[in-house]
Amino acid sequence: MSDNSNVIIKVENLVKAFGDNVVLNDISTNIYKGDVVCVIGPSGSGKSTFLRCLNLLEKPTGGHIYFEGNDITDKRADVDKHRQKMGMVFQQFNLFPHMTILRNLTVAPMKLQGKSKEEAEAYAMEMLGKVGLADRSDSYPSQLSGGQQQRVAIVRALCMKPDVMLFDEPTSALDPEMVGEVLNVMRSLAEQRMTMVVVTHEMGFAREVSSRIMFLDGGDFVEENEPREFFTNPKSDRLKSFLSKVL
Amino acid sequence: MTWWQNLVEDFVTNFVVDNRWKFLTDGLAVTLKVTAFSVVVGLLMGFLVAVVRTVHEETGRFKILNAIAGAYLTFFRGTPVVVQLMLIYFVVLGQWMGVTNKMLAAVLAFGINSGAYQAEIFRAGIQSVPRGQFEAGRSLGFSYTQTMVTIIMPQALKNILPTLCNEFITLLKETSVAGYIALQDLTKGGDIIRSRTYSAFMPLIAVALIYLIMVLVLTYLIRRLERRLKRSER
Repeated sequence: MSDNSNVIIKVENLVKAFGDNVVLNDISTNIYKGDVVCVIGPSGSGKSTFLRCLNLLEKPTGGHIYFEGNDITDKRADVDKHRQKMGMVFQQFNLFPHMTILRNLTVAPMKLQGKSKEEAEAYAMEMLGKVGLADRSDSYPSQLSGGQQQRVAIVRALCMKPDVMLFDEPTSALDPEMVGEVLNVMRSLAEQRMTMVVVTHEMGFAREVSSRIMFLDGGDFVEENEPREFFTNPKSDRLKSFLSKVL
Repeated sequence: MTWWQNLVEDFVTNFVVDNRWKFLTDGLAVTLKVTAFSVVVGLLMGFLVAVVRTVHEETGRFKILNAIAGAYLTFFRGTPVVVQLMLIYFVVLGQWMGVTNKMLAAVLAFGINSGAYQAEIFRAGIQSVPRGQFEAGRSLGFSYTQTMVTIIMPQALKNILPTLCNEFITLLKETSVAGYIALQDLTKGGDIIRSRTYSAFMPLIAVALIYLIMVLVLTYLIRRLERRLKRSER
């Protein structure tokens, strides 16, 4: 898995500071094709900031991010173009409230990828069916439950046929009984070999689904391992103490 | 004579004799025309200024335009509209450009003045849309402009529509000072009748009632619009 041609995102000496407050301190890592990487850590550890730097929603203070071989931190890079291939799912869903579900799913493929209405809608309906929401295509987001909205948000990102999916605490704003339905969608995505980077507090999901777990604390990658080793044999004291609190 | 006969006679002198009612209807036409054109000018100015200020706040671009917009807002919200009206008619148009079109002066003055208030309404509307909407748009690959036009603006407009309509009502009433540059609007029409008949009550009450009816109708329409918008939300 670790030969270079399979690297989809390469993070090189990433630094992010808000004023004097250094949130990410010189982070380097590779995300490989088909990887399901879970990023965990205490709140304020910089894990969301790390994820948001990957598609430049946060502008890095220093370092480079390469996406499919292109340095997207370069001033001349066409960031909008690259973002089309990096789907993102937010904690607060962020569906467009003034559009129907179907329109939420088709607006970007039609305007950005030149898809015809028929083509975009056919694909959107197919994807919506896969998450069990085909009958809600004419509803507005506010008529859906949180779990349903988040499933639609995942589909919205998928309709752009991205090469990688970024999840920013996708279940943190959900009622407990709705967490499962969203995790199931993510699990089936992982089974289809979608490359995913997931910031999450769901230790069960990280343990079962991920190929790799990164533990972030105080802006550093403290430890990184495949899930079984990560949970059963933590090496650093910081991870040990974190796991003792959350497990 | 009873008070009733007095009233009828007063009515006849003020409105019927010499077809004086025409001062009111002609004036009303002028008022409506000035208001309508001012709304258009105000919308254009307000929208442009709001976009300049918002883009500057978020990206730091448009430095010079933003400074001009700031000065514009300060001046036109900080001075009386009558003074602005006279400045535009007598100084800007009259003295500097040799134009003596009263209607044009009124439309410019009321439009530019209202634009200053509408700019702030637009800006508040844009800011009322949650940050996450902007990020969702950008994360899909929309550019800044595409995100603004497709995602932010429609939501912002919906949020501010009632406030914006209230600004139009204010504008309608503010045009009543157009008489300062001798433009014969509704108020001036009533005033001319007063100067001919030497009776103040009848023409001024008539003018007031006409404004009131227009405002009530507009308010009713806004309330219906508000209810409609709320329904489509949930």
